[in-house]
Amino acid sequence: MKVLIPSALRSYTEHGEAEASGATLAAVLADLDRLYPGIRFRMIDEQERIRRHIRIFVNGGQVRELSQPLATNDEVVIVQALSGG
Amino acid sequence: MARNSKIPAVRKQSRTTRAQPKRRVVVLVATRKGAWLYHGDAASKTWRADGPHFLGHVISHLMLDPRDRRTLLAAAKTGHLGPTVFRSTDLGRSWKEAARPPAFAKVADGTAGRAVDHTFWLTPGPASEPDVWYAGTSPQGLFRSTDGGVTWEPFSIINDDPQFREWMGTVQDGTPDGPKLHSIIVDPRDPAHMYIAMSGGGVHESMDGGQTWKTLLKGLDVVEGFGFDASKPTFHDPHCVRICPSDPERLYQQNHCGIYRLDRPSDTWLRIGKNMPKRVGDIGFPMVVHPRDADSAWVFPMDGTSVWPRTSPDGKPAVYGTRNGGKTWQRLDAGLPEKQAWWTVKRQAMTADAANPVGLYFGTTSGELWMSRDAERRWACIAQHLPEIYAVEAAEL
Repeated sequence: MKVLIPSALRSYTEHGEAEASGATLAAVLADLDRLYPGIRFRMIDEQERIRRHIRIFVNGGQVRELSQPLATNDEVVIVQALSGG
Repeated sequence: MARNSKIPAVRKQSRTTRAQPKRRVVVLVATRKGAWLYHGDAASKTWRADGPHFLGHVISHLMLDPRDRRTLLAAAKTGHLGPTVFRSTDLGRSWKEAARPPAFAKVADGTAGRAVDHTFWLTPGPASEPDVWYAGTSPQGLFRSTDGGVTWEPFSIINDDPQFREWMGTVQDGTPDGPKLHSIIVDPRDPAHMYIAMSGGGVHESMDGGQTWKTLLKGLDVVEGFGFDASKPTFHDPHCVRICPSDPERLYQQNHCGIYRLDRPSDTWLRIGKNMPKRVGDIGFPMVVHPRDADSAWVFPMDGTSVWPRTSPDGKPAVYGTRNGGKTWQRLDAGLPEKQAWWTVKRQAMTADAANPVGLYFGTTSGELWMSRDAERRWACIAQHLPEIYAVEAAEL
């Protein structure tokens, strides 16, 4: 499925869009990490929590659990929270 | 406390050692928005800036491996992304991310586990262990790499020991940008002999490579007094602890409550900051020791009164140095602004090189990098307009 990548993570993917597969959000992120080693830990901490300033949307709705089921035609959007400075 | 019999005898004939031939110095500057390398000429008079590296990244510490003089490790995170460590084996020309950055062990589902917010402190292992590095994190954690910083594992019992966890407290008990484990010191004579410090959580010593630890708190005052039990690490906030390379039996400490010296095998710190001028006080963050003279050390005093502004007292910045183990202190401010300079220097942002005469360096949170190349006599600004400086290290190439 299509995964949109925020600018902060394009040092891994080199593009704003990546293709990854998996039946859950956790599986998709694991596949992303296989393709782009290190990218997952920048988004998900060692206790399997989405980091404080990372937001993940699926088909426009925010997802908070890595166990969220996904379908092959879903669109995953990873964004940085609107904070900075 | 008796000295560990495994530790070889100290070079007691003198507290000083000879200077090595002059090498070019590189000053490693870690800031809230990236990292810079300043390459000095042979006389350390002019400096070439190399950077920014990792523009926009929060770089807590940038260290050169003194064992190969080529490998750099950078402790990094960004405002949005989790922490990591970058590694360069060509002095910063190229960087590669650690395959497994420092991270706490995963706890069972349903229990509250800790996550590393940022790696704060990097310490290369001793010459006898060429690929070993140690890292201290926020919240307080101790990690070790045995492959030059590529992969990291939790080290020693500290991270998950219930007693240590109690002493560490919560995020609210630590420094404003997170409680930290820092001042990881490996005895150059015995890699199993280590010291660590935690803000908060006190100073601890291990004689067995981190399997067990003893508190090292005697003589230290506790935060605000108020009758707290000074034997409890919870109430202690060591800001920076340094071991003297020329005499590893001597340590200096800049603590929340003053400046201290410890001469082993004694386990009682002596508050040498009481010999500082009363109008200046002995509060600050960094502690710097001389590379060859254990009687010489430097501090950067800051205002610790009222709401703890932690800026240069009266807006008149100065380094203070001692040449006699803290019995007396000299004000070293030639070349620095004489007034209206409200500087803060963080605990990792002041250091010395190993040249002769020794060069001193510090960076301010207002983004200025200063040095004294002539054994304390005069300060000169190397760089200004940098982001908030978190750490300054001087390495020889």
